[in-house]
Amino acid sequence: MERPSWAPADIDLDRPSAARVYDYYLGGSHNFAVDREMAEQAIALWPNLPLIMQANRAFLRRAVRYCVDQGIRQFLDIGSGIPTVGNVHEVAQEADPRCRVLYVDFDPVAVAHSRAILAGNERADIVHADLRKPEDIVGSPQFGRLIEPQRPMAVLMVAVLHFIDDADDPVRLVARYRDLLAPGSYLVLSHATQDGQPDKVEDHQKLYARTRTPMHMRSRAEVGALFTGFELVDPGIVYLPQWRPESSDDVDEHPERYTGYAAVGRKP
Amino acid sequence: MSRPAKGIPEPRRRHLGLAAAAGSDTARGTRHGDGRDAFALAWADAVVGTSYVSMSRTEVEEHLRGLTDRLAEALFTEPFTADAARQVGAAMVGAHFTGTETLNRTIALVADELPLRLGLDRSTPWRLSALQGALAAGYAEALRQRTLDEQEAISQAVFVARDQAEQALRVSEARFRAVFAEAAIGMGIADMDGNILDANASLLDMFGYSLEELTRRNVRDFMHAEDAASVWRLYDELVSGQRDHFRVEKRFERSDGEVIWTHLTASLIRDDEGRPTYQVAMIEDVTDRHLLQDRLRYQALHDPLTGLPNRALFLERLAEAFDSAAEEDRIGLCYLDLDGFKVINDSLGHDVGDQLLVAVGQRLDACVSAPGRLVARIGGDEFIILMERSSSTRDVVAIADHVLAALEAPIRVREHELSISASIGLVERSIVGTTPADVMRDADITLYWAKADGKAKWALFDPERNAREVARFTLSTTMPAAIERGEFYLDYQPLVRLCDGQVVGAEALVRWHHPEFGLLAPDRFIGLAEETGQIVPLGRWVLRQACHQARLWQDRFGSRAPFISVNLAVRQSRDPGLVADVAKILADTGVEATRLQLELTESAIMGTADEPLDALRALSAMGVRIAIDDFGTGYSNLAYLRHLPVHELKIAGSFVEGLRASASDGSHVVDARIVGTLVSLAHALGLGVTAEGVETADQARRLDDIGCDSGQGWYYARPGPPERIDHILSDVR
Ligand SMILES: C[S@@+](CC[C@H](N)C(=O)[O-])C[C@H]1O[C@@H](n2cnc3c(N)ncnc32)[C@H](O)[C@@H]1O
Repeated sequence: MERPSWAPADIDLDRPSAARVYDYYLGGSHNFAVDREMAEQAIALWPNLPLIMQANRAFLRRAVRYCVDQGIRQFLDIGSGIPTVGNVHEVAQEADPRCRVLYVDFDPVAVAHSRAILAGNERADIVHADLRKPEDIVGSPQFGRLIEPQRPMAVLMVAVLHFIDDADDPVRLVARYRDLLAPGSYLVLSHATQDGQPDKVEDHQKLYARTRTPMHMRSRAEVGALFTGFELVDPGIVYLPQWRPESSDDVDEHPERYTGYAAVGRKP
Repeated sequence: MSRPAKGIPEPRRRHLGLAAAAGSDTARGTRHGDGRDAFALAWADAVVGTSYVSMSRTEVEEHLRGLTDRLAEALFTEPFTADAARQVGAAMVGAHFTGTETLNRTIALVADELPLRLGLDRSTPWRLSALQGALAAGYAEALRQRTLDEQEAISQAVFVARDQAEQALRVSEARFRAVFAEAAIGMGIADMDGNILDANASLLDMFGYSLEELTRRNVRDFMHAEDAASVWRLYDELVSGQRDHFRVEKRFERSDGEVIWTHLTASLIRDDEGRPTYQVAMIEDVTDRHLLQDRLRYQALHDPLTGLPNRALFLERLAEAFDSAAEEDRIGLCYLDLDGFKVINDSLGHDVGDQLLVAVGQRLDACVSAPGRLVARIGGDEFIILMERSSSTRDVVAIADHVLAALEAPIRVREHELSISASIGLVERSIVGTTPADVMRDADITLYWAKADGKAKWALFDPERNAREVARFTLSTTMPAAIERGEFYLDYQPLVRLCDGQVVGAEALVRWHHPEFGLLAPDRFIGLAEETGQIVPLGRWVLRQACHQARLWQDRFGSRAPFISVNLAVRQSRDPGLVADVAKILADTGVEATRLQLELTESAIMGTADEPLDALRALSAMGVRIAIDDFGTGYSNLAYLRHLPVHELKIAGSFVEGLRASASDGSHVVDARIVGTLVSLAHALGLGVTAEGVETADQARRLDDIGCDSGQGWYYARPGPPERIDHILSDVR
């Protein structure tokens, strides 16, 4: 029997959580021994990981600013993780305080912490939901309060879709969100890939099998398919640091070592 | 916070002049501006990638430029204090320069580059050390605080999340509890041995037990005697883990003994390892629905007017009676139909007719009702009584008499006193060797007989009569085709002149060689043919056939050829085409009219209307001889004979029989006198006389003595093929 949506998953601190491991990569302390242990193993295997995560966060920041520049004032950040510095609402509201941000995550600890951080911020909130159930997000009171679906918004799926199994058909899932969006909306997406560094992928995926969210790397073509129905904005699908860098200094000679693709699409 | 050195890029080394140009900032263009800019750039180069900060490269440079200013101030302020450096360390942590490699490189850079870039005097190295120490201390202090805060925050988040999860669980449990407790459907939980553990209010209500009473019982205690065997087989499969649920309709007995009908859904609950742990029953009381179904079924099986069982129920019960019968059992049916009901209905209206049917139904029910008996209305004014396990035919006869008597008293409907009677067909027999369809059909036939016999009568099924009728029916339907197929043929019996024993004529006698029944004598089918009208074509065929034969004889024996005598049935004699038919046949076959004799019975000739007589007169005028067959058996008005176109009397065999010498009682004397009188009378009227049924030489002699003209009978020859007659005539020659 499927668990009813109002019966929460138990909070299992014996298991690493992708959200907290990620926080550790970013130099945060919102994590526990299990998380750190797994993160250290991953880093030992793949020393670039912290840099990759930094590059991912840097992309997130650039993409949010880009969207604000395009006139977007509402953001739906799905798989938002544990708040750290440079969260979407901070970046967006710094650019324009009227920006509204709705975070979504299904990690109960990440959600509880986000809620604590966001207390008092009228223009940002979080929904505890699984991105595989768009109806739970769209049907939430927070969504109703913060998001005007008839206006363009930015949907952020940054470093999250690689936690979705093919069996859950990520292409269809993204399409379901796309169908809810007003024309002129944006999809901001980054996704881990085996392209460029194929040899390390397997061990890395094994590590994530410990979490509730195993990893599924995808190729460039597979990432491209997620943008069905969107027009990719320049420069298309590129490695994380290559997406609209602020200066050429930010891109090193081996962008493929940043094993994630980044792209932004616009719904025509 | 062990930030590995691995994977962090080496600090980039910039050409300072270039960097100074790139970092030129006129807004902050102080005396020392260029040096500070250069230091900030170098600093940014050194730390980039060592920590995650939410800043672009330019922003990092700007941020570090600010910190550089504060370091410079600290270095140059008099009296010297390193506090500002502490704040710089804390500010770095604040910007999330939390990677310890960032601190490492910063301290190194402060030592290596800061004095140079700021033009610091080598004479105060202690100041630099103090600055480094304060920066590191401020950084460590802030990082420690940040770490503790974040650990606290995340623990708090775990606590909150757990609390929410538990609360949600409590809420969900409470909801489940409420669902269980408040559900309108009955729910019960039992362990795998069938011990009932819990039940909700609806179930207790439905069963009339308290929870204590119920939990002392086992699921199997609720077995009901009339449960379908499948129910408990499904249950066994459930508790043995072979199936996860089943759904059945099942009866339960309440604590007060009342039986309720339910829809039962039973499901298995397994633990995390998949082992069956509990069973859950959901029970819906559908007794009302069941009663409704029963009522609908009742309506489907009863006649709405009289309330009696209808045809469907009757047939169902009849079939059941056969299914459940023992070998020696018998069964009886009384099938009755009101006499003249249609007249009442048509003249007094349907309403009255309906009321009458209701009253009749009540009377029947009253005089019949007993276990094993059923009165049903199976059609407009038709009722049927089923008697299961009747003991003998007397039972049904008694019932039939009883019913006829019960209907004798007039029935009052509104202002009408209606006298009604019924005809009843009875069937009563052993069940072995018959079927419901058989008894129904036989009852129907018998009712028809009873009706044909007249009103207010019963008739009992008679298998022989039935067989006859069936045969008759079969014959009548097959006769037309039989004529065409040539299944009929003619035998001939000689008519002999008594005085010299000469064959003078031959009577044609029709036979039917039936493919199924074999050889059939005329008495088996002539009457039938008369009834159905088939006699006309058949008679025509016989006449043509006989004439054909006569022609053959005429050709062969000339004047010695026998005339031909053909029987004419009553219906034939009245057929308007008779005269024309005869004329045509004679013409076709070329037989002289005088060689044809037509035999009619007394009743066909006497007391008939004029038309047939006209026909006979016409035939007679043509030269055809007319004979009266079987004379003496009817009550003929002898005086009338003289007005009739008759040429011959054929005296019935019964008179001739009396002329046998062996008759010792003297009756032959009487018969001889009668025959003598007949002969003299006939002769007086100018008629010839033929004696039928001549069996002995004695009879022949006496008849000759009496003056009888001709004889016919076994003494001379039995009826046979025409060749026999050929033989006789040839021998004589
Ligand atoms: C690597 S973090 C990314 C955080 C943030 N988007 C970023 O890029 O900095 C992935 C987050 O996705 C969340 N996540 C994974 N699967 C999810 C799902 N099916 N529904 C909602 N959140 C999910 C995890 O809990 C985790 O917090």
